[in-house]
Amino acid sequence: MLVLLPVAALLAKSGSGGTSAFWREVSNPEALAAIKLTLVVSLIVVSVNAVFGTLIAWVLVRDEFPGKRIVNALIDLPFALPTIVAGVVLLALYGKSSPVGVDVAFTRASIALALLFVTLPFVVRSVQPVVLELDRSMEEAAASLGAGPLIVLRRIVLPSLTPAIVSGVALSFARAVGEFGSLVLITGNLPFKTEVGSVYVFGQIQNENLPAAAAVSIVLLLAALLVLAALGLVSRWRSRHVL
Amino acid sequence: MSSSGPSAISLSPAPAGGLLPSQREREARGTSDGAARARKLGVRVVALAYLAVLLIAPVGMIFYRTFEHGLAPVWSAVSAPNAQNAFWLSLEIVAIAVPLNTVFGIGMALLLERGRFRGKAALGMLIDLPFAISPVVVGLALVLVYGKTGWFGDWLAQNGIQVIFSVPGMVLATAVVSLPFVARETIPVLRELGSDAEQAAATLGASGWQTFWRVTLPGIRWGVVYGVVLTTARALGEFGAVSIVSGRIEGQTQTLPLYVQDRFENFDITGAYAAAVVLALLALATLLAMNLLTRRTRGQVAS
Repeated sequence: MLVLLPVAALLAKSGSGGTSAFWREVSNPEALAAIKLTLVVSLIVVSVNAVFGTLIAWVLVRDEFPGKRIVNALIDLPFALPTIVAGVVLLALYGKSSPVGVDVAFTRASIALALLFVTLPFVVRSVQPVVLELDRSMEEAAASLGAGPLIVLRRIVLPSLTPAIVSGVALSFARAVGEFGSLVLITGNLPFKTEVGSVYVFGQIQNENLPAAAAVSIVLLLAALLVLAALGLVSRWRSRHVL
Repeated sequence: MSSSGPSAISLSPAPAGGLLPSQREREARGTSDGAARARKLGVRVVALAYLAVLLIAPVGMIFYRTFEHGLAPVWSAVSAPNAQNAFWLSLEIVAIAVPLNTVFGIGMALLLERGRFRGKAALGMLIDLPFAISPVVVGLALVLVYGKTGWFGDWLAQNGIQVIFSVPGMVLATAVVSLPFVARETIPVLRELGSDAEQAAATLGASGWQTFWRVTLPGIRWGVVYGVVLTTARALGEFGAVSIVSGRIEGQTQTLPLYVQDRFENFDITGAYAAAVVLALLALATLLAMNLLTRRTRGQVAS
């Protein structure tokens, strides 16, 4: 009732004018630019997440340093922090009055920065338990057989971590595509430049152009669902074939 | 992708043997203590620098900026009437949405974990759907159902019920976006608990309710509490969905996150920062609660 009904209404609205009306709304240049920007920036952001998220997870498990417990707890802060506060926080350091002289406000870089902030925990938290379970004797065996650190990383460590990295990446992607709160203040919402899909939808709702809002919503929803469904299929395929 | 599976296990000497000569040299360098330590330190510095630049410095900055002129301006900003209204409205919404989602989440978890019926997998996916939907899209969908041109718009107007642009709509939006947490945190605990104790209670003559209150609920309580903490954090901070259904009427349908945006866009940076810091402190309290809870459940499993 709470979930199905609204989604049904969304589908009904976007399909109310037939498929041609749907395509007209989606292929509106501003809508198209917003959708494209959303997907491209999300892809860049999840790639960065894959590398740095894995690195952070590795350090949090295998390394020891003072304050590690606090750092580990802070990883979840982007989940706990309201998204609008995330935007304000980033603007305080990287906005107009930046004390370090870095001003990304109203640029495309600001979209990436905000998305990196809010999706940070996904890859870290999905890779961390796998690193914890990793069998160190395999790495030691490989090293004693003459494999250098890079070979051990590529042939022993990464293959075991890949499923967890992929799952974290898929979750970050779904989140990045729909993110709104953290982007509102920092991107300036300039059409064709920094306006992402969710912000476009918001603008169309304010203009009472509900068919356009519904059509673009459906595209964003499909992008997120496709990635999550692919993740489900891949993990089911692996559990059947690898072992 | 497909070759990554086998290569994880293939430690057969054949491929390693083929790479031996150059690898020997690398090993001589690589496993020497100094190089290994330098590598470890390098990885640590890169990971921590990334976290510092992206997360810790910006959050630290906002606390510094808020309190750099002392407590007085912060106090007057937080005690402004609109800020107070926003704060209490946020609490009111949380006080309605969180208990609703808690009851619903426990019910769903029991249904999905203990029930047997067709379409169970589909229902499980449906519950997770709010995680995949943009909050803006949730807001739009609610407008399409309950708004004045929506499906139930006429009926609601005839009966004098206003959902959109008023508190009921905001509660609804908050409930939808924070729907999955309790169920998601409770299901694994239920699975681990097993149904032996419940069956024993039933055999000894306990009714369904007695079994639930005396056996099931005490077993899953920490999972539920963890879910409630996550739900509360999300409900307090929800912005996109609430922003669309609220109409943002100052002092009336403005929650604390909406108030932050309003102040920021009106160039009242002190007011925006002060409200943002209140929300950030609540987020930090959430983190603390999460950590205490995970330590507690771990202790339980170990004993």
